[in-house]
Amino acid sequence: MPISESIEKIKARFGAGVSGPVEFRGEVSLTLGDATQIVELCRFAKLQLGFDFLVDLSSVDNYGEDPRWTLVYHLRSMTSGEELRIKTSVSEEKSELPSVLGVWRTVNWHEREIYDMMGIRFTGHPDLRRILMWEGYPYFPLRKDFPLAGKPTDLPGVAFTKPAPLEGGPFVTVAGGGDSMGREPRVRTPED
Amino acid sequence: MQTKSEFGYDSKIEGDVVVTTVDAALNWFRANSVWPMPMGLACCAIELMAAGASRFDISRFGSEVMRFSPRQSDCMIVAGTVTYKMAAVLKRVYDQMPEPKWVIAMGACASTGGMYRSYAVLQGVDNIVPVDIYISGCPPRPEAVLDALIKLQAKIRQQPVLSQLNVLNMLSAPAKS
Repeated sequence: MPISESIEKIKARFGAGVSGPVEFRGEVSLTLGDATQIVELCRFAKLQLGFDFLVDLSSVDNYGEDPRWTLVYHLRSMTSGEELRIKTSVSEEKSELPSVLGVWRTVNWHEREIYDMMGIRFTGHPDLRRILMWEGYPYFPLRKDFPLAGKPTDLPGVAFTKPAPLEGGPFVTVAGGGDSMGREPRVRTPED
Repeated sequence: MQTKSEFGYDSKIEGDVVVTTVDAALNWFRANSVWPMPMGLACCAIELMAAGASRFDISRFGSEVMRFSPRQSDCMIVAGTVTYKMAAVLKRVYDQMPEPKWVIAMGACASTGGMYRSYAVLQGVDNIVPVDIYISGCPPRPEAVLDALIKLQAKIRQQPVLSQLNVLNMLSAPAKS
């Protein structure tokens, strides 16, 4: 099934709940307005449209904006080779959306990683534990307001952390920021 | 039958005499059979494998017996990035090694955290275990590993042995009332 036909079917099924498509370099993105519909949309895409493979699930921290979190689902059809990207947003107060584990079982560890790194919870996930950091680590380190150097923690018998010495780093770049001092500040805080 | 002998041994059978100290003999044993505990955590472990393979051949210095059990090893070679999650495991493996034991921090990550100035990486393995030799490089060449081993052997040869033994300390120590 060509991608344009798949998008027509999604729009016919979900109507104004889905905006887009946005096309960029041959890749097509749809945006789902209501994150609680994500399971329904994913199941429709898998069963009716043949997107039988979830390539990746990632999360974006739009720090300082509302809604803060954007979830990005990369879908692929193993038969036709078509790819589709679905984005949906979740507010910081909620930080929760339904798990699509019932559609693709592969999403188990993806959702655990997002929970571990950004603290977004997936309702209906059977085993929502941390996957990279250890149980009991108090922070979500991939959030924009978490310092790269880390924060001191101590969990006796399990692990400890100390802030890393950055010597004025971490030497980031800023797009379009005037002279070299402006473009390459030694450090950039989330408030900048 | 001749019973009187100047040295108490038969030079025709036993050969020449070597006069040495117990410390020097024990250190000679220790320095030339350093069994490594390969704590391979990242790309440095590949260079460590190269040091053990035929081209560089760490067995020329008596250290070819890589022991994957801490109970049988003498020298932990920390080869790679130590995360905070791994730090407790590394400390536990080190604690399980029998004395005498030594540690080589191989490469930038094990020595200082290297380029990983981040929340997840231990900034130098010397935060949790005593390090004898640091190797620079990212990753170090196998020659550098061999050089570190030779330097460790030189260090081992100078260490006192008998005076550190607890049983002798107990015998020589004055009785406490």
